[in-house]
Amino acid sequence: MPMLDINDNIKWTSEKEMNPSLMVNAALSAEISIQVKNLVKVYGKDKTIAVDDVSFNVGKGELFGLIGPDGAGKTSIFRMLTTLLLPEGGSATVNGNDVVKDYKKIRKSVGYMPGKFSLYQDLSIEENLNFFATIFGTTLEENYDLIRDIYIQIEPFKKRRAGKLSGGMKQKLALCCALIHKPTVLFLDEPTTGVDPVSRREFWEMLKRLKAQNITILVSTPYMDEANMCDRIALIQKGKILSIDTPAEIINAYPDILYKIKADNIYHLYLHLNEFQYTKSCFAFGEMLHVSFTKNMEEVQSELLNYLNQRGHQNVSMDLVIPTIEDCFIKLLSN
Amino acid sequence: MKQLFVFIKKEFAHVLRDRKTLLILFGLPIVQILIFGFALTNEVKNSKIVIFDQAKDVSSLKLISKIETSRYFEIDKMLQHNQEVEEAFKTGKIKMAVIFPENFNHDLLHTNKATIQIISDATDPNTATMLNNYVTAIIGDYQAQLNKNFEVPYRIVPEVKMLYNPQLKGVHNFVPGVMAMVLMLVCVMMTAISIVREKETGTMEVLLVSPFKPLLVIVAKTIPYLILSLMNIVIILILSVFVLELPVNGNLFLLFAESTLFIITSLSLGMFISIQTETQQTAMLISLVGMFLPTLLLSGFMFPIENMPKPLQIVSNIVPAKWFYIIIKSIMIKGLGFAAIWKQTFILAGITTFFILISIKKFKIRLA
Repeated sequence: MPMLDINDNIKWTSEKEMNPSLMVNAALSAEISIQVKNLVKVYGKDKTIAVDDVSFNVGKGELFGLIGPDGAGKTSIFRMLTTLLLPEGGSATVNGNDVVKDYKKIRKSVGYMPGKFSLYQDLSIEENLNFFATIFGTTLEENYDLIRDIYIQIEPFKKRRAGKLSGGMKQKLALCCALIHKPTVLFLDEPTTGVDPVSRREFWEMLKRLKAQNITILVSTPYMDEANMCDRIALIQKGKILSIDTPAEIINAYPDILYKIKADNIYHLYLHLNEFQYTKSCFAFGEMLHVSFTKNMEEVQSELLNYLNQRGHQNVSMDLVIPTIEDCFIKLLSN
Repeated sequence: MKQLFVFIKKEFAHVLRDRKTLLILFGLPIVQILIFGFALTNEVKNSKIVIFDQAKDVSSLKLISKIETSRYFEIDKMLQHNQEVEEAFKTGKIKMAVIFPENFNHDLLHTNKATIQIISDATDPNTATMLNNYVTAIIGDYQAQLNKNFEVPYRIVPEVKMLYNPQLKGVHNFVPGVMAMVLMLVCVMMTAISIVREKETGTMEVLLVSPFKPLLVIVAKTIPYLILSLMNIVIILILSVFVLELPVNGNLFLLFAESTLFIITSLSLGMFISIQTETQQTAMLISLVGMFLPTLLLSGFMFPIENMPKPLQIVSNIVPAKWFYIIIKSIMIKGLGFAAIWKQTFILAGITTFFILISIKKFKIRLA
């Protein structure tokens, strides 16, 4: 795909972002929690570019999602914002503090949950919490209110060692530890990776409750379906941001009418639809194909059905479908 | 202060909840002391020898019985033929053959001169030399007995006194050595691993994004091992006093003070290693190769430093265990006071300060 298009895309999104009318929480965004400007991260001798000229702002109390596949550069952005890595270019501030110069101030005021479970496996739930509370100069009791909803679910196992907990419980404990000192900004790097669907949903509910307490949350996830839970999202791929907007706006901006099409032999259907002269795009989506056409449905419908009949497809069903974030992501990638 | 306390508590939990660590921490010193005390020794005792007595007269029999009663020798076999001598050596069990010629007594009394042939297995030169010395001493002793009745015109009698270790026991040498070795191994390796483990499991990532100070981590990481190592010293001393019967001649308080200093030296070294490495395996390897081997080879415990080539002697000066070995020997065996070891103490303190300062300076406040 031509690189020029993607660059155009970034310009397009940043213009859009600057337009305050497009922001959901226009009132909230008045106060900026996280500001990222042209951030660049380069690794190693072979100069692998992990983060390529990334810019975005997160308003106070906003739940902002970085959505992208593995290796898109999400963790690198998190580590630069939590002062763990130095950027090669650009700048970033958290609560107005520069991530390079004022790293000590940032470390005091933010909560960070790394992608990999990073608590002491040989300490119990209670000991882990008390340890992190004390390190931040507070106590479990002092900020109990903030974590109560979450902690209450793992409290029955508080004597159990962290290494022996299930994935979901580990996640809750890690979130408790990140929240224990009442941070103003919370960084959650892929908090739901490796967690079952029920726990994932619960986790997002918890984030919504935290957001209600005016805590800014930057969260990353490779799961497109979680994007809808965020106030705003940035779709990111190969270190570049493809689009920044509210999930609804990103879906609205989807340029084509999308159909889901199914038949008995889905693989042959896929091959044939790709060869069909009016097909604009066609890709697998679960057990369906998501297809868009270069002409209106009225114009192509009969021709399409003929085409499929001739090739012996049985039980063809076709329906309109509202694009998901994943559709948008694929669309942005193919541009 | 509260942060430090909770950090130390956490470190203790790590050590006490890991059986393998505990085993290394307390099993290793006990095993080493017992192995060195009973199994490994460079003393020569009960070496097997053969005797080919062609004379079978008064003098030869008297000499043989003298050799037999000494604790250095055990007569394996009395040989009958010359060829048997070589065969005996070929079995590998025999360290020495003593051969009396025919007419041994006759020659001795009538020509005033007799010969004994002594053949040693010199594959291990130290043992061979030692056994030769012992047997020569026994022969000399017998000779002196014979001469008792005659007036020898000139005579020098050496009056030998073995200071500090009159029985020439090997224990005196190795207990200080094992102490240095165990402390070096336990302290350096354990602390080196403990910080690297935080990096490897990712907990360092969380710790870094918190208001803690590098000094806090360094102090909190060292204190548990300091306490546990002091307990180790107590165990080693109890074992050496009661099981190996080695008395502590010097001031016990001074001994502990100096040990504490050496422990801190080792801990600071371990800290330095852990700050420079990224995985537990490298940390362990560096601790073993970089610390354990020099301690074993260059501290003067296994091999005397005076006999080494000049460059190695110079290198040995930066091995902390060398200084500690001298200190411990001075206190435990010689019973000397601080006046005798202030120089070594000063050097150890210097090395310690150097590594603590460099550890604090090099402590990574970021991931890369």
